[in-house]
Amino acid sequence: MKIHFERRPAPLWLRLLIPVISVGLTFVLTAGFVTAVDASPWQATYYFLLDPFSSQVKAIEVLVKATPLLLTGAAVAFAFAGGYWNIGAEGQLYMGAVAATAVGLQMEGRPAWLAIALVVLAGIAGGMLWALLPALMKVRLKIDEVVTTLLLNSVALFFVSALLNGPWRDPVSQWPQSPEIDAAAILPRLIPRARLHLGFVFAVVVIVLFWFVLNRTAFGVKLRAVGFNRDAARFSGIRVDRSLLAVALISGGIAGLAGAGEVAGIHFHLIDAISPGYGYTGILIATLGSLNALGIALAAVFIGLIDTGAQTVSRVLGVPVYLGDVIQATLLLVTLAMLLLQNYRLSFKRGPRIPAGNR
Amino acid sequence: MMDDAQFGLFLIGLFAATLRVATPLVLGTLGEVYTERSGVLNLGIEGIMFLGAFVGFAAAFQAEQAGLSAYLWIGLLSALLAGVLMGLLMGFFSVSLGTNQHVAGLGITLLCTSLSLFGFRLVFGERSVLPSIDPFPQLAPFENIPVLGPLLNQYLLTYVAFLILVPLSWWMLNRTTFGLQVQAVGENPEAVDAAGLSVSKIRYVVLALGGALMAAGGAFLSLAQLGAFSPGIVAGRGWVCIALVIFSRWHPVRAALGALLFGGVFALQLRLQTMGFDLPFELFLALPYLVTILALALAGRRVSYPAAYLRPYRRE
Repeated sequence: MKIHFERRPAPLWLRLLIPVISVGLTFVLTAGFVTAVDASPWQATYYFLLDPFSSQVKAIEVLVKATPLLLTGAAVAFAFAGGYWNIGAEGQLYMGAVAATAVGLQMEGRPAWLAIALVVLAGIAGGMLWALLPALMKVRLKIDEVVTTLLLNSVALFFVSALLNGPWRDPVSQWPQSPEIDAAAILPRLIPRARLHLGFVFAVVVIVLFWFVLNRTAFGVKLRAVGFNRDAARFSGIRVDRSLLAVALISGGIAGLAGAGEVAGIHFHLIDAISPGYGYTGILIATLGSLNALGIALAAVFIGLIDTGAQTVSRVLGVPVYLGDVIQATLLLVTLAMLLLQNYRLSFKRGPRIPAGNR
Repeated sequence: MMDDAQFGLFLIGLFAATLRVATPLVLGTLGEVYTERSGVLNLGIEGIMFLGAFVGFAAAFQAEQAGLSAYLWIGLLSALLAGVLMGLLMGFFSVSLGTNQHVAGLGITLLCTSLSLFGFRLVFGERSVLPSIDPFPQLAPFENIPVLGPLLNQYLLTYVAFLILVPLSWWMLNRTTFGLQVQAVGENPEAVDAAGLSVSKIRYVVLALGGALMAAGGAFLSLAQLGAFSPGIVAGRGWVCIALVIFSRWHPVRAALGALLFGGVFALQLRLQTMGFDLPFELFLALPYLVTILALALAGRRVSYPAAYLRPYRRE
């Protein structure tokens, strides 16, 4: 049997339904892992999807978890939309965190508005800088960015580790963590006694800007043209290299902002576990949200939900906390497959459908 | 400082360790060379190595508990099987569905990693002491010969990887019909299709084979080198392999040399660390990545990727 693809965009109702079907299918596929510990998949699904809304504290925690994901999701989606396969959001996030920490440590006695502005800008700059090398290699030397951005993730992690075991090692505790950034540079909380911080506002602003730039500016139209068909874009007079470079740097900057937010909003110092893979989850979110602003926002909150739910499920039902990661990975693969339904009509037929005369 | 005799011992120890460290790298790199030669970038490698390490260990542990004397082989076989399955899953996405290869590959890495961690917790629960098994012994074919003895004190898998799999892979890829078909699929799938061969079938076979090699690399870590499984067991070795594939320009023998080179750097930094040198050892660990990026930059446009690299094949 062969699967045939016919390029034909799906109707709107199907497009809207695809994420819902994907989520449903994912929960069905992963139900077996819940039963493996004699827990009820229904209960698990309740804790994943509904329980977080049962109290304000839990609901806010979902948004806390979603904050870096909104940003890495937007970072990856922006790059993908522009035809630049940035797999390096993880490393760019870390370098943003490094730059934010470096600046945050020097902010003693500065007014808070200035300190915060500088820390945030440093984060963006750090991410951009880390995205610069692969972007230049891409436009100047035509070197595939997938591998270079991926490899630089590991380099960034080693760099952070070297900093934390060397010059930034906490002088008091000797733990591999940096000293705390100055209080002036700490992002203010939005709600008393909850961890939700100003970074969430930045994330929402980035999502809105993402929508605006992609849909309402000439730059957005050009970059999407490059993403859609590079050669056609070049023939129509778009400066493809310039567009790719801009897209790569902006993507890196957004990822760097995510790093700055985690340092200045959550941890207050640099640790090597500042991201449990937010950069890679960003790829999941961009895919799940089909590179569109609203989709990314929903996907990021949804993954925040799964992250929060995984901890409850682990505590209440005794299912290992890694179930959350299994669900996320399954969801990525299921969505990837389901997205084909969006652009293609599938048909299952025996043998190739080539007219006999052409064979 | 060391005198000559001590320095000699240091060098012998270093070379012996180099071979050990390079074994999982050469296995994973060979696996990736195969898949990329057929035009598929399998970024699932990091996860498949991890899954191989976990499945190999878990199966061997259970078999050892059950009193089976061949428990290590059962572990290794299980790991290979898991690798084949994940290779086929990658095939389903990159060949049958023709989805974006890097997203599918990363998805498989995330899946394998989370499945392994979930499975480990499920099988072994939360323990303060990591469970362990009696690992593969090192072979000592020339025990009583001075320099050669300690140098060749290696695991069977190390011998198999360097003395059998590397030359065999070179021969397969360059001297057999199957190898030529793999290369043709990577360069010009349309021509392969026109010649009446199935592009999908060839890519599936290669992905399964590659998956098995990657899983073997992971299983070497848990079944031979450590005799245990821990969340940090693979620690980016899969990404090193991705770098090595490019560094070796998709050639099995150069892949082995690259693995030895970077294995040597790893082994050296480990030794210098234990000898108390205060070095930023992370710099050494980052070296394979940096060298590869530098090599790419220097080779620039002359790096010749397989022509159908990252391209799904569809009859339109």
